[in-house]
Amino acid sequence: MTTSLISMLQDPNQKERNLFFKVITNPVGAFSAGMVVVFALLAVFARWLMPYDPTVSDYNAISLDPTPAHIMGTDDLGHDIFSRMILGTQFTLSGALLCVTIALLVGCTLGLLAGYFGGLWDSIGNWLSNILQALPGLVVLLAAAAVLGNNLYLAMSIYGFLLSPAFFRLMFVTVRGVRNELYVDAARVSGLSDFAIITRHVLGVVRAPIVIQSGIVASIAISIQSGLQFLGFGSTDTISWGSLLMDGFANIWNHPVRLIWPSVGLALLLVSIVLFATTLRDELERAGTRIRKSTKKSLVSHRRTEAAEAPIVHIENDRVGEEILSIKNLEIGYLQGQGNYKVVVHDANLSINKGEVVGLVGESGSGKTQTALALLGLLPQGGTILGGTIEFEGVDLATIKSKEFDKLRGRRISYIPQEPMSNLDPSFTIGSQMVEPLRVVMGLSKVEAKARALELLGMVGLPNPEKTFRSYPHEISGGQAQRVLIAKALSCGPDLIIADEPTTALDVTIQAEILDVLRNLQKRTGVAILLVTHNFGVVADLCDRVAVMQNGRVIESGGIYDIFDNAQHSYTRELLGAILDENGPAREAYELEVKAGN
Amino acid sequence: MLRFTLRRFGTGVALLFTICTLAYFLLYIDTNSIAAGILGASATKADIAHFNETHGLNLNFFESYWNWLTHALTGDFGAAWTFTDPVSTMIGQRLSVTLTLVVSSLVIVTIVSLTLGVLAAVYGGWIDRLVQVLGLIGFAIPNFLVAFALVAEFAVVHRWFNAVGWTPPSANFNDFLKSATLPIAAIAFTGLASLTQQIRGAVKDTLQNDYVRTLRTSGLSFRRVILKHVLRNSAGPALSVLGLQFVGMLGGIVIIEQIFSIPGLGSFSVQATGLKDIPAVMGVVTTMALIVITVNFTIDLLSAALNPKVRLA
Amino acid sequence: MTEKLLDVRNLEVTYHGKKLGKEGFKALKGVSIDIRPGETVGLVGESGCGKTTLGRAILGLAPVTGGELLFEGKDIAHANRAQRKEIARDMQVVFQDPFTSLNPSMSIEQILSEPLRAQGVSASEAQSRVRELLDAVALPSDAGQRRAKEFSGGQRQRIAIARALALNPKLIVADEPVSALDLSTSARVLDLFLEIQKRTGVAYLFISHDLAVVRHVSHRVAVMFGGEIVEWGNGDQVTSNPQHDYSKRLMMASPVPHPRLQAERRRQREALLAAQTQEAR
Repeated sequence: MTTSLISMLQDPNQKERNLFFKVITNPVGAFSAGMVVVFALLAVFARWLMPYDPTVSDYNAISLDPTPAHIMGTDDLGHDIFSRMILGTQFTLSGALLCVTIALLVGCTLGLLAGYFGGLWDSIGNWLSNILQALPGLVVLLAAAAVLGNNLYLAMSIYGFLLSPAFFRLMFVTVRGVRNELYVDAARVSGLSDFAIITRHVLGVVRAPIVIQSGIVASIAISIQSGLQFLGFGSTDTISWGSLLMDGFANIWNHPVRLIWPSVGLALLLVSIVLFATTLRDELERAGTRIRKSTKKSLVSHRRTEAAEAPIVHIENDRVGEEILSIKNLEIGYLQGQGNYKVVVHDANLSINKGEVVGLVGESGSGKTQTALALLGLLPQGGTILGGTIEFEGVDLATIKSKEFDKLRGRRISYIPQEPMSNLDPSFTIGSQMVEPLRVVMGLSKVEAKARALELLGMVGLPNPEKTFRSYPHEISGGQAQRVLIAKALSCGPDLIIADEPTTALDVTIQAEILDVLRNLQKRTGVAILLVTHNFGVVADLCDRVAVMQNGRVIESGGIYDIFDNAQHSYTRELLGAILDENGPAREAYELEVKAGN
Repeated sequence: MLRFTLRRFGTGVALLFTICTLAYFLLYIDTNSIAAGILGASATKADIAHFNETHGLNLNFFESYWNWLTHALTGDFGAAWTFTDPVSTMIGQRLSVTLTLVVSSLVIVTIVSLTLGVLAAVYGGWIDRLVQVLGLIGFAIPNFLVAFALVAEFAVVHRWFNAVGWTPPSANFNDFLKSATLPIAAIAFTGLASLTQQIRGAVKDTLQNDYVRTLRTSGLSFRRVILKHVLRNSAGPALSVLGLQFVGMLGGIVIIEQIFSIPGLGSFSVQATGLKDIPAVMGVVTTMALIVITVNFTIDLLSAALNPKVRLA
Repeated sequence: MTEKLLDVRNLEVTYHGKKLGKEGFKALKGVSIDIRPGETVGLVGESGCGKTTLGRAILGLAPVTGGELLFEGKDIAHANRAQRKEIARDMQVVFQDPFTSLNPSMSIEQILSEPLRAQGVSASEAQSRVRELLDAVALPSDAGQRRAKEFSGGQRQRIAIARALALNPKLIVADEPVSALDLSTSARVLDLFLEIQKRTGVAYLFISHDLAVVRHVSHRVAVMFGGEIVEWGNGDQVTSNPQHDYSKRLMMASPVPHPRLQAERRRQREALLAAQTQEAR
């Protein structure tokens, strides 16, 4: 019982331990963490580390510049500044600790309640946090000091309360995010209590971000505390960096060196804390991405060994039209640092004739989308064409200059994306997004462009083009948005459209309508389409020819009937075999209508 | 848009009212000790009663708050206890100084951080690293330390600018520059560093969106997509950070004005609280809150104008 | 006729918006459906039709505002936490997204033992049960020490199925369990569902937008549209010869993966749409 409980709790800790370990072994992290520890030790052991009693005046050593005996010099009353600096850390750090603790307690508790239970807690928390964020902290502290008296610890407590929105927001957003995760739903279905869900699933996620935020809040607290003391708040007997700052600034003309010590101390402490927090944040972000990368890598190596069969090209005698696009031995890779490329497309071959609809089929990770993006010259950052040619009407798109490519896109080659909603700019109306390329690329006048845009919106079957023209993307449905994107793709009269899973995000009834639109417009305009998809039903509906991709290679290509009726490659057959038969089980006609009878 | 404007205006007024009420409650809750504090340890009970009488502290809380509120609505914050001029007059004189400082810094911060942030996000490389380091330093180092460094270098060592004092721009622009450059630089530095980072982040996030690539596929150039579409979509997050920055600047200016002996709202608030002049403190808090809420309201309207979805919220 | 395991009668779910005074969104408008022990009921429909809400309501994750939800004769529509914990032994879930349905920071063993531990099963028992479960879904037994992140989509869905099986439930609600998977992976996961049913006699409520998938696994099928069940009965009938207008449109819109057959289906669809618009006039 206990062993498993321990093992349950141990693993997340292990991961966190790894995270902190990584921060410590990173040179910047080690430096900053080391500095923070040094300051903390100074504060704790100040009593034994000070060379002089900082409160005793030495009238033989008044206003000295640094000497071997007083390495930072002395002040007007003959106090040793070095000793005062050491003792000052105590006050500076304890004030910050108080402030962070209060901010943490108030902010996290409210954030947890508001994020997990919502409702009233949500309203209270957000309203409070809005009020607190609308107040300049220092002014509130001054006002509070006028009534409550001149006590710095009290001021730091109030400031902790004022800073609590920093934790509230963090906690609220994370908890609400986790709350909607399916794994929390699964835990609820398993009968876990709210308390168990919070401790098991929620707190583990926020721990590291809270450490980061604490560092940031601590640095703000230290700044404001020194600022307050500089303004003359707090007892004048208190020895702190703030009072040293005040003394230093008062003597800026005659003893400027006195301002340097507390300034440098403060700057060093603050930079260390913030540096530590950001290093932790960077490591945390990196930990998230690193794992994703490593799984990809393992997939790639595994792929390479698998794809051994030679590609199969069916001979097609019935192709008409001249060739418009020809991809030969295309190789695409992503830079992995130090000149290493991770190859995602090896040796892809494909040709498209004028007016043809060619399906590019494959499962996720087969390289079909990478190939499509390469045709548009818009591979994501780090992606490069490593070899091969993409010949498009006599131009090699693999080596063309980016300025030249700008002239081809839209006018010669255009694009229909997968997810209609995220592919329209949310800040502009559909009309302005339609008109923009017409004016920029086609050079139409404003009036002409608007007329053409309306005509195109009508062509893709939108019932009320005028209304759609005026709408913002969030005001139309997904199906309508996809029609708009088709209209956009057609707007400058391209010769080739790259359609990347254009119906995958849509419901089947909408998909059928969009396929109708694509088929009709293709017939009308004679544009060639490269249709990237994983859905053989869509291929069967629209395509003249098919190319099947696996592991970055085109492994089989041919006419549509060649592939569906006479597939040669084992992978193509496997894919076709995985399609569920329309006349298959419905459970043996409902177990022969429940053994006839009943 | 009108409904949005009205709703946001209503929220702003409610927020201002809440802050004023809370502030008044906290400042006037313990009037006896206020009087004792101002009059000193030697004050007799009769002295305190007389003080309360003359300053209207013998009214009950709601009466006196109602009194204050109705006057405040006409721009009258009442008489100060320790200054001869009325609170409103004092604040009026100092407000223009503070606003000159803050608005100049804000303009500089916006222009510079927009340029640097966009360049860093789009081109990466050394400029990105520079922005990162700058952001870190700007965040960690409080603006008064920056001010010390500036004073030490440019006023004490080089004597190019004034270390203390204030000349309004209307009096002598050259002197204004001499007196205002260092404080503005100190205020701007902190804001600049963090806003640049925020804009860099916002632009980077926007660049991740699918529509950025899709816009390029319709033949628009990279520069056009950045300047028209990416900038507009990054504006929302950047603006909300600007609002928070502004609050931070208003707080920071208290110390900056004190360092440079500038007769603004910040140094006035230090004076007033030091003297425990409650009506003056109340006036400063209300004015500060009003400024912040007005700025946030403007920012809300701006982001709604830029982003149609915000209007629905 | 065998007794009903789950009997849903006139179930209503209304989501209340944040604004007061505004009428909430009625996600379910009186849905009736039942599931018998050991059978699979398929629930098919398009996004926003309420099929996921029905699944979530049965699991206690959506606010039931009307109707009854009888599980083995007991009304569980408004069960409290303690009652839900009881029900958890008999009713489990497999979600659509295998990437967010498993906590990325937990090991597979922790994920699989969570429902067991919640029911007070001892640690050593839980451990041996986890091994059995991994075996049941054809994952290597050393998988327990690894994290969900290290597995592919199909493997993760196997883990989710193993978690659902942990307490030997009588009913598993499977919400689009294969729609995030590739074609060949999806076929293998569906086979796993069928094989487990044969072995353990568990009943499924199988929710999907894909008619072919639903047909493949279900005994009986319900078609949902606009928060209501518009057609419900023998799976073969509903999926190959639907009667309701919407079910017909849904079937005709699903493309057949063969060019000749699809051309034929397209013609049928055009005829159907023409007839339906004619009727509507």
